Amino acid sequence: MQTPVATGRSVTGIPTGRLAVWWVIGSEIVIFGGLLMYYIMLRNKYDYWAESSAHTATMAGALNTFILLTSSLFIVLAHYYAEKKDHLKSFKYIWMTIAGGLGFLVVKSIEWTNEIMSGYTITSELFWSFYYTAAGIHAVHVIAGMVIMGIISFDVLQKKNMHRVELIGIYWHFVDIVWIFLFPLLYIAK
Amino acid sequence: MSFWQKYVFSVDHKVIGMQYLLTGILMGVIGAYMSYVFRMQLAFPGKEVPFFGLVTAAEYNALITNHGSIMIFWFAMPVLIAAFGNFLIPLMIGADDMVFPRINRLSYQIFLLSAVILIVSFFVPGGGFGGAWTAYPPLSAKAEYNLTPWGSSLWLLAVALEFVAFLLGGINFITTLMNSRAKGMKYLDIPIVLWMIVIASILFMASVGPLIAGAIMLLFDQLIGTGFFDPSRGGDPVLWQHLFWFFGHPEVYVVLLPAMGIVAEVMTTFSRKKLFAYKTVLFTTIATGVLSFFVWAHHQFIAGIDPRMANIFTVTTVLISIPIAEMLFVYIATLYGGSIRFTTAMLFALAFLATFLIGGVTGIFLGASGADIYFHDTYFVIAHFHYTFVPIAVIAVFAGIYYWFPKMFGRFMNETLGKIHFWGTFLPFNTIFLPLFFTGAAGDHRRIFTYANFPQLATPGLQDLRIIATVSVVILICFQFLFFWNFFYSMFRGAKAGKNPWNANTLEWVAPSPPPHGNFDVFPEVYRGPYEFSVPGRAQDFWPQNEKA
Ligand code: HEM
Ligand SMILES: [Cu+2]
Repeated sequence: MQTPVATGRSVTGIPTGRLAVWWVIGSEIVIFGGLLMYYIMLRNKYDYWAESSAHTATMAGALNTFILLTSSLFIVLAHYYAEKKDHLKSFKYIWMTIAGGLGFLVVKSIEWTNEIMSGYTITSELFWSFYYTAAGIHAVHVIAGMVIMGIISFDVLQKKNMHRVELIGIYWHFVDIVWIFLFPLLYIAK
Repeated sequence: MSFWQKYVFSVDHKVIGMQYLLTGILMGVIGAYMSYVFRMQLAFPGKEVPFFGLVTAAEYNALITNHGSIMIFWFAMPVLIAAFGNFLIPLMIGADDMVFPRINRLSYQIFLLSAVILIVSFFVPGGGFGGAWTAYPPLSAKAEYNLTPWGSSLWLLAVALEFVAFLLGGINFITTLMNSRAKGMKYLDIPIVLWMIVIASILFMASVGPLIAGAIMLLFDQLIGTGFFDPSRGGDPVLWQHLFWFFGHPEVYVVLLPAMGIVAEVMTTFSRKKLFAYKTVLFTTIATGVLSFFVWAHHQFIAGIDPRMANIFTVTTVLISIPIAEMLFVYIATLYGGSIRFTTAMLFALAFLATFLIGGVTGIFLGASGADIYFHDTYFVIAHFHYTFVPIAVIAVFAGIYYWFPKMFGRFMNETLGKIHFWGTFLPFNTIFLPLFFTGAAGDHRRIFTYANFPQLATPGLQDLRIIATVSVVILICFQFLFFWNFFYSMFRGAKAGKNPWNANTLEWVAPSPPPHGNFDVFPEVYRGPYEFSVPGRAQDFWPQNEKA
């Protein structure tokens, strides 16, 4: 299939790909927004949730925050080198970002295994339902981002579609920001 | 190209639009069949329904639930937004396709999958979901209550997938309109129907998010046994209602706006007049869109919300009727003094204004919380919202199909058959739903399988009205066969249409009929707005957007 003329036009001056990513993020914001609104409302209503949240592994959450933020830095670097047409360095930093995502998921699985072993499952209490659901939906986004980055990285290696590094970068920052909201809400708030 | 490439896996926006149109209409037929079955049960309770058999209470519930869901999600949305949006957006902005053709195809495929899942949900153990299209928990959340362990989850999954399909499509629509307009086409040169489709897509996107989150939570309640909406475990069932209606009310405008847009195009062309106050229409549309996020709780006046909140939502509801009324006035002003041609498309467009007006006016009754406490969940509500939805999803859609058919297939539909079809749709529609205002006001509750257990409501007077409504349904459905005959016959045998059979101004009429892959021989440039009809001093009474001054 050849690309239509429409795809190449840019009446607003914003490249179409970037415009679309912003709209995707807009639609994601309302999804997470709805979920978190509900959580915050109930959280205010039920003081005893503080007790449940005391059982979450704050250190693991903090470690994951650190890992995700670092990976965001890597994707910025990947974008920087993509702009400079240094495809090898860009490829390398994309994979370091993916490694960050992987690290996040590893920490998360250890954390969840511990919690489930101690009897805190998704059905044990409403707080835990939120805990697993919100973080789970977020983790799905992390995985999706890693898969897309993997695909893009091989394009980059052949010097194709280098502008897509920027697009996945925007998305990855968004995934990061969601976590920045989840971390205090699920782990720290007492 | 093989058949598969050309018609099934095509990335051409026109083919995808056609796929959405035909799938949507097919689902609409299924939805109409369901309404025939449950209406027969209401008119002749306990009798065998021809082409169905005896209706059980569970089947009745499943039928009304899926009728409502299908009509909104699998008929109105795909036809009004996806079919017309796909077909019209690239053509009317002078482009060759959507900006993301493959995402466009994916959107249709996900939509098709969702439709298949919904149909399958009827044939699983326990049968189809019967908890109404609003799916209020706790009924929808637990198989012990709804007795449809499979049906309820498949229903929810289908709805969620349908949302995903429309998010993908919507992003495509929005970016295409923003970025791919023909040279010279400024914001105020965009035909109003495209504005309305794109604003509708934005409304959809902004309102559906919380419900997607809600759907995941409800699915977990059903499948893993969480208690998000279970009050005995700290959850809140009313919250589902908020999530649902925060989406559900804007959704009304999501389908209304494209219909209003279609009607605007048809009316200006067939009255040879400029759209009265283009800018006012545009800003009114935006205002309506914004306001539509602040009225949702008028669906929950008796759900136990704070009465002070009821006051606020009464006020916002009455407020939103102002822009809608204004639009109707603007449309009538467009007609005023025009040289009107009563084509089939025009008849449907005019019928839209007349019938939607009744829907709108009765909505004000329901928006007043005091009156709604009485009317809530009666057939008065059913009659009200069908006086909005049928004009939108049926009447305006027909206007659009009769109008753009020559562009879609390069041939005309038969006008005589079209006019018979018009009267055979318009009159029975009114005789279905006018009586229901009266049964509703008399106390007929909706979602009731048989009134035999309510002696005051089973009186002959009310039963007669129910029979009138049901007989009208059968008549209305019969006349639709005429439409299908006309549609498929004209597709191959209708009189040939040229590029611009109605002498209209917008860019789709510059392309050949039907437009080939790529749409235009030469990409058009735009010099003026879309509604320059009957400009003084010109020999012709139209002035295409792409014609050099
Ligand atoms: C063929 C013409 C139609 C007839 C005869 C019809 C009839 C009905 C009736 C009698 C009900 C109420 C059932 C009950 O509560 O017991 C109903 C429900 C409903 N209808 Fe229709 N309808 C038609 C077309 C449409 C269209 C075109 C739409 C929307 C685009 C629509 C949307 C709905 C919705 C949303 C419900 C509520 C379902 C629920 O309670 O969950 N209908 N219809
Ligand atoms: Cu509403």
